[in-house]
Amino acid sequence: MGTQNFKIAVIIVSLLALLIVVPYCNSFVVLLATRAMVFAILAMSLDILLGFTGLASLGQAAYFGVGAYLTAILANNYGFGLKWDFWLMIPIGMAVGGALAAFFGLFAIRATGTYFLMITLALGQCVWGLAYRWNSMTGGDNGLTMKGGRPQFGIDLSSDINFFYLTFGFFAATLLALYILVRSPFGKSLLGIRERELRMRILGYNVWLHKYVAFIIAGAFGGLSGVLWAHANGIVTPETVVLTTSVDALLMTVLGGAGTLVGGAIGSAIVFGLREYVSTLIPWWQYVLGGVYVLTILYLPTGLMGIPERIKQWRNSQKKRETAKMASAPS
Amino acid sequence: MGTQFWIVQAFNGVSYGALLFLVGAGLSLIFGVMRIVNLSHGSYFLLGGYVALSVIGSTGSWLLSIPIAALTIAVVGLIMERLFLRPEGRAKFIRDAVIALGIALVIRLAIGPVLPQLLPGQVGGIIQVILVVIAFAIPVFLLLQRISAVAIESDVLRQVLMTVGFAFLFQQAALDIWGGNNFDIQPPGALTQSLVIGGIYLPIYRLFMIVGALVIGIVLWLAMEKTRMGASVRATVDDAQMARGVGIDTNKISMMIFALGAGMAALGGVIGGAFLGVYPGLDFEMLPIAFAVVIIGGMGSLGGAAIGALLVGLADNFGKALFPELAYFTLYAPMVLILAIKPTGLFGRD
Amino acid sequence: MKSASSKLRSILIGTAVAAGFGLSASAGAEELRIGYLAPLTGGLAQTGIDMRDGFLLYLDQHGNKLGGMDVKLIIEDEQGKGDVAVTKAKKLVLQDKVHILIGGVLASTGYALAPVSTELKTMYIPSIPAADDLTQRRLKEFPYLIRTSWSSSQPNHPLGQWACDQGYKKIVTIAADYAFGYETVGGFQKAFEDCGGKIIQKIWPPLGAKDFGPFIPTIKGDADAVFSLMVGPMPAQFIKQMRGAGFKKPIIGGGTSYDEFVLPFMGDEAIGDVSALHYSAALQTPENEAFVKAYRAKFGKVPSYYSENNYTTAMWLDEALKKAGGKWPGPEELIKIMVGIKLDKTPRGPVSLDENRNPIQNIYIKKVEKKKMFGYEKDELWNTVTKTYPNVSQFWTYGKDKFLAQPVYDKNFPPCKFCE
Repeated sequence: MGTQNFKIAVIIVSLLALLIVVPYCNSFVVLLATRAMVFAILAMSLDILLGFTGLASLGQAAYFGVGAYLTAILANNYGFGLKWDFWLMIPIGMAVGGALAAFFGLFAIRATGTYFLMITLALGQCVWGLAYRWNSMTGGDNGLTMKGGRPQFGIDLSSDINFFYLTFGFFAATLLALYILVRSPFGKSLLGIRERELRMRILGYNVWLHKYVAFIIAGAFGGLSGVLWAHANGIVTPETVVLTTSVDALLMTVLGGAGTLVGGAIGSAIVFGLREYVSTLIPWWQYVLGGVYVLTILYLPTGLMGIPERIKQWRNSQKKRETAKMASAPS
Repeated sequence: MGTQFWIVQAFNGVSYGALLFLVGAGLSLIFGVMRIVNLSHGSYFLLGGYVALSVIGSTGSWLLSIPIAALTIAVVGLIMERLFLRPEGRAKFIRDAVIALGIALVIRLAIGPVLPQLLPGQVGGIIQVILVVIAFAIPVFLLLQRISAVAIESDVLRQVLMTVGFAFLFQQAALDIWGGNNFDIQPPGALTQSLVIGGIYLPIYRLFMIVGALVIGIVLWLAMEKTRMGASVRATVDDAQMARGVGIDTNKISMMIFALGAGMAALGGVIGGAFLGVYPGLDFEMLPIAFAVVIIGGMGSLGGAAIGALLVGLADNFGKALFPELAYFTLYAPMVLILAIKPTGLFGRD
Repeated sequence: MKSASSKLRSILIGTAVAAGFGLSASAGAEELRIGYLAPLTGGLAQTGIDMRDGFLLYLDQHGNKLGGMDVKLIIEDEQGKGDVAVTKAKKLVLQDKVHILIGGVLASTGYALAPVSTELKTMYIPSIPAADDLTQRRLKEFPYLIRTSWSSSQPNHPLGQWACDQGYKKIVTIAADYAFGYETVGGFQKAFEDCGGKIIQKIWPPLGAKDFGPFIPTIKGDADAVFSLMVGPMPAQFIKQMRGAGFKKPIIGGGTSYDEFVLPFMGDEAIGDVSALHYSAALQTPENEAFVKAYRAKFGKVPSYYSENNYTTAMWLDEALKKAGGKWPGPEELIKIMVGIKLDKTPRGPVSLDENRNPIQNIYIKKVEKKKMFGYEKDELWNTVTKTYPNVSQFWTYGKDKFLAQPVYDKNFPPCKFCE
């Protein structure tokens, strides 16, 4: 428990540091940090599925996209969500994300492993296809520019710094909410399903229902991140829902450490940093990105948060080798 | 919409399906035999097109480019499989060396601008690059030797992520080698004509695609059904453990199938190059469609891949012509339905 | 704990980086920082490369100075994607502190970047994006925008008139499914139907489509001609597939269907096709000949309109900054100066700006021919100019107010009254 409390303390300190340092950087870094946090919410939502329920989804971008497009459509066509009704937009986005997940889940939850990956990929592509071609609704390839700008409700969110604080609030709130979720009995049973699904079934748990609910929760938070993204980015295009987005979300979760929640945030910072920042510095940044993918998978499957464990393991194996050597040395 | 419309659309759909068969069959077999989900399959397709371009550029022969591209990418696929996906024994050693070199290269790229050139001349410059790279590679290599890599063979998620990582690496490499332009492969003049039957124009190139895919499909099917090697492959698909138990060298089979799959994808890239072009981004555009083929047809089944390719080709064509706003939806929605009802696909076995 | 130190590390880096930014140069009087956005990868890469090279050629010929100021050119790859363009634009303005943003290719990118220029109070020159409304109905939203290129419908109004003059009565349009396609077809349709023609069908393949198999068979048989608007990777494939499918009737196109960015890669099947644009590399003026020769010598290919528009943009900036005395006068002032300048010696001919900050220029009706030009040895495909409409503005003959009173050309405007 000591390590657990220590970890929590570290996380809180880091969050505070983030809050304090970033606003002093130039506007572009503030924007970058804001967008990374939005993606962190998406990665954390995926972590619920991947790290805690053991379901790897290749279609998380669908909920992200639906939340974002809905925000853009309501704002552009009905002027909704640009004043105090922005706070209504949040639960609406989550509800729509969750509803879509509820619908998709009916098709997907029966599958596991590779098939789950495939079906979530297909579902994600369905949403992409609609975003790309349903011109009248989604603006097609052009996407939808947030014509009304960011919401104003007493606080002017068009200031990047104000929006950063707002996003930070949602990020911290999501982290807290999901943390409570995984520590709850429900969360514990999800972990049980990830570890030993058969045993959970034998013990009488309704495994399908647990997975389904987890799927919906992930979809809801995906929708939330989409709403924030529409405002952070200022424009929603089919690129938001493309396959690479879902893949990036998966990597963020795995890179940071699946099952650690906060790992998604770390992963998001790194991937985003690479894609948006390093790409402006060096033209061959994709070597770094691809390399990060490959090396993480090969050498750090438990992610960055799992490094302490790996070091411990390594030390133990070293110790064993020493003892073995001493035992077999001629006396 | 007269009969002419339907005939031409069906013809176009079938020819697109022929192209998809080449890409999808390889992916399907790879999955069936090795249970590996390879997200760099689209990259093989694209790289095939690029290699063909280079061959045509230097030899002027379109005909030669086809086997060379297929073989080159088959080798690339083989290396990827042997070193990274399922390394055994000495392969792990080589893999670590390759990774060390790769990391060293990136480091060299990063610090390149600030390094003074100590050895004069162009040759000196190249020698210096090599020395710097080796200098960095050695400590990295030693470090890697002490960290053990975790096998990814049966972990689907990690396969997915690693192969995607390779897809990004391939994409960047292609960009560096061939540039960002939109290329077009020009087939020999004879193939650019059209056949006129009953007032309907049928481009010969599309006919060529259909015939080519048919020929390859039949050859593969014969190999699968009638040869000993084919029987071994089918046995491995059905039950790898049993196959090993009966003495089949599943290792060799896996290698062969992976190389075959990669080669076929590259073949698709060369042939598709005249049709779709060759440009950055094509790899990730092709990938979900290839998966649609495999999933609808069933993983591990050659016949399934053929049917899947046909269905996808037709759905794509008719979808675009009749329901342009829902075009991609008409492609992926059936995929979802089939997966929901029969997760292994129409003809898949598990 | 590694998590602590990795977070700590990122915080330290963040602080160091922030400190670095604080120290970055404030707007120097003698240095002109230009943020240049073009697709250097992806399906539109060739257009982006031409854009950049056109601009670079001018800089090269003038000692890397514009109006006496040293130019620092920062080029970013926007990959042909609107949201990437927006992100890179913000980086260029907020971090690199550029004075001017130039570029973008797609009309949709123009519509995405224009609000950013207003938000960040930075001058933006859409040197290619032809989106009509940027300088029409939405002009007041974009006080920092000035366009040196064209509007989508601008060359297509005269082309519509020309089509009537050829005796075409019924035309089918097939155009990329996005803003530029809609506006190009819209301009053509309005002028063509105003002089008695009929558009009987409109087909919209998605932007970037290369397989026209689904669309070609649906073309109505009673059309006299087809009007196409193809962009990026589409034009070469389209013509190949149309002629391969046995379509023998005339194909006329919007400017990008046959522009020199793609013409060298097309085959003889394009010969005889007509298009309209404010530039052709085959223009026989001394300025253009010099431009084509210099460009080809340096970059190994014939310049396209993408190259020319950016070359002329640089020329315009050069003249304007000279008038401003070699010092950065601020965006509003520079725009005022530019509007007042008329350029005669550009490769495309005489060009000036109307009160909506869009060029008034010649529109050339051009036909693809295979011949030798400018002393080059080989027979190559060139867009020979067959007719010139001088001093064409974005409003054609309609008058500004009347034109702005009608809605922007869209997929459904003008409505397809004669669609069968």
